[in-house]
Amino acid sequence: MDEILEILEKNSNYTVEQIAKMTGKTNEEVSCAIKEYEDKNIIAGYSALINWDMTSKETVVALIEVKITPQRGEGFDKVAERIYKFPEVNSCYLMSGGFDLTVIIEGKTMKEVALFVAEKLAVQEYVLSTSTHFVLKKYKDKGTIFKEKQEDDREVTFI
Amino acid sequence: MNLEDMILENVKNMPPSGIRKYFDMIYDMDDAISLGIGEPDFVTPWNIVEAGIYSLEKGHTHYSANAGFSELRKEICNSLMKKYGLKYDYNEEVIVTVGGSEGIDLALRALTGPGDEVIIPEPSFVAYKGCTAFTGAKAKVINLRQEDEFKLTPKLLEEALTPRTKVVIVPFPNNPTGAIMTREELKDIVDILKDRDVIILSDEIYSELTYEREHVSIASFPEVKDKTIVINGFSKAYAMTGWRLGYVCGNKILIEAMKKIHQYAIMCAPTTAQYAAIEALKNGDASVEEMVDEYNRRRRVIVSSFKEMGLECFEPLGAFYVFPSIKATGLTSDEFCEKLLQQEKVLVIPGNAFGECGEGFVRVCYSSSMENILEAMKRMERFIKQLR
Repeated sequence: MDEILEILEKNSNYTVEQIAKMTGKTNEEVSCAIKEYEDKNIIAGYSALINWDMTSKETVVALIEVKITPQRGEGFDKVAERIYKFPEVNSCYLMSGGFDLTVIIEGKTMKEVALFVAEKLAVQEYVLSTSTHFVLKKYKDKGTIFKEKQEDDREVTFI
Repeated sequence: MNLEDMILENVKNMPPSGIRKYFDMIYDMDDAISLGIGEPDFVTPWNIVEAGIYSLEKGHTHYSANAGFSELRKEICNSLMKKYGLKYDYNEEVIVTVGGSEGIDLALRALTGPGDEVIIPEPSFVAYKGCTAFTGAKAKVINLRQEDEFKLTPKLLEEALTPRTKVVIVPFPNNPTGAIMTREELKDIVDILKDRDVIILSDEIYSELTYEREHVSIASFPEVKDKTIVINGFSKAYAMTGWRLGYVCGNKILIEAMKKIHQYAIMCAPTTAQYAAIEALKNGDASVEEMVDEYNRRRRVIVSSFKEMGLECFEPLGAFYVFPSIKATGLTSDEFCEKLLQQEKVLVIPGNAFGECGEGFVRVCYSSSMENILEAMKRMERFIKQLR
């Protein structure tokens, strides 16, 4: 049934009927499978991949390296939870290597992001240090390359 | 001097392409969807492209051996052994060619001439007939039938064989029908040909693109291995059409003869493409699998959509073509394609472009994005409905 997940991950806009055709299953089988994935939180949500650069909306994205002190009995999870619950936080990953958490934040301006880091993130108990890196250009995200749509430029051959 | 008079008869007599006009029509159309182009829509996987670029950066811009780089030939032999159980000696039994097409031309030129007959099952790739005509040999066409799912049957083959038969072309997985041959079905063909003085030209360029079952090469039957020339290449499996790279394998006596033509006409296949192909064989399997999965989904969408529309259609298990019958619409293949293009801006190719027995069918190519295919199916459904 994983094929359905692969299809939806590429394009969650497909209808149940379309996915049924693609996979050779019945509509019912597909909708049951999707329902089950949703119930089990395997499919945790649906969203569109938006190229905000093409719109008038101004956003800045920053990747923040956070060093924290793990807590006895809870490891990093409790501290991470306090951080990722902020709606400003887009993504949050526990890392191996030189720091502990990667936190990705989106804001309207650099100032907004910087203030969030200063006022909400850096001041957290157990947060030892933060290091903020602003994203200058998004080339590729979630497997999608952000540039103009590639035209079908295949020329005519007799085959 | 009349320049026309200087041109050979069999070149002059070659009819111009029948599908050209459709491509001219679609050229000015906005919002048209082409399911007409017989090549992958995918771009060559990046690791393969990158290997080609790297070879240029390193200054590898010279000829290779006539037969191709030995490293590439070794990889080809490894891959054929692993995938289809075919054993060839990389030194004497392989030539790297400019696409599979060169291999077809080499084989026919090395083997046939005036007085010989070449058996060509149709509908099929148009180059077989063309290359045969250029050698002066006679094309003996077998009209494959929908009721046989366009497979080559022993009966049809027996009827076509004559004492003049020199070459039998076995074109599976097939362009334009998508038909494949199972091991059992090939066995029947092998039994007929094993004791005859004929060469089998097995065009397996779509061998990696089979669905629900694995490709079987006729050369894997020991009884006919020595008399079989296998054509294959990188265009379809690795989405490398523009790199122009294929290969032929066969007994060293046949390969030696073909190599003579290859070395004088071509010298060697492009070396940049050869470097890329080495990477393709070494590290390309995952990309191929991904593309095959996607083709398979598109294939299922088209076949089930045609069923819903009431177009009779056997399930094609190879290549990237579906070949439905449009006889129920009362239109000829040409009329169907022209009207569909004018009314709904969807291009499919009339089946008779691939042989007379393709009349009443159209070739629908699923090497186009899923979005295009879903939209094209909507439009075709509307088109079929208004015909009734």
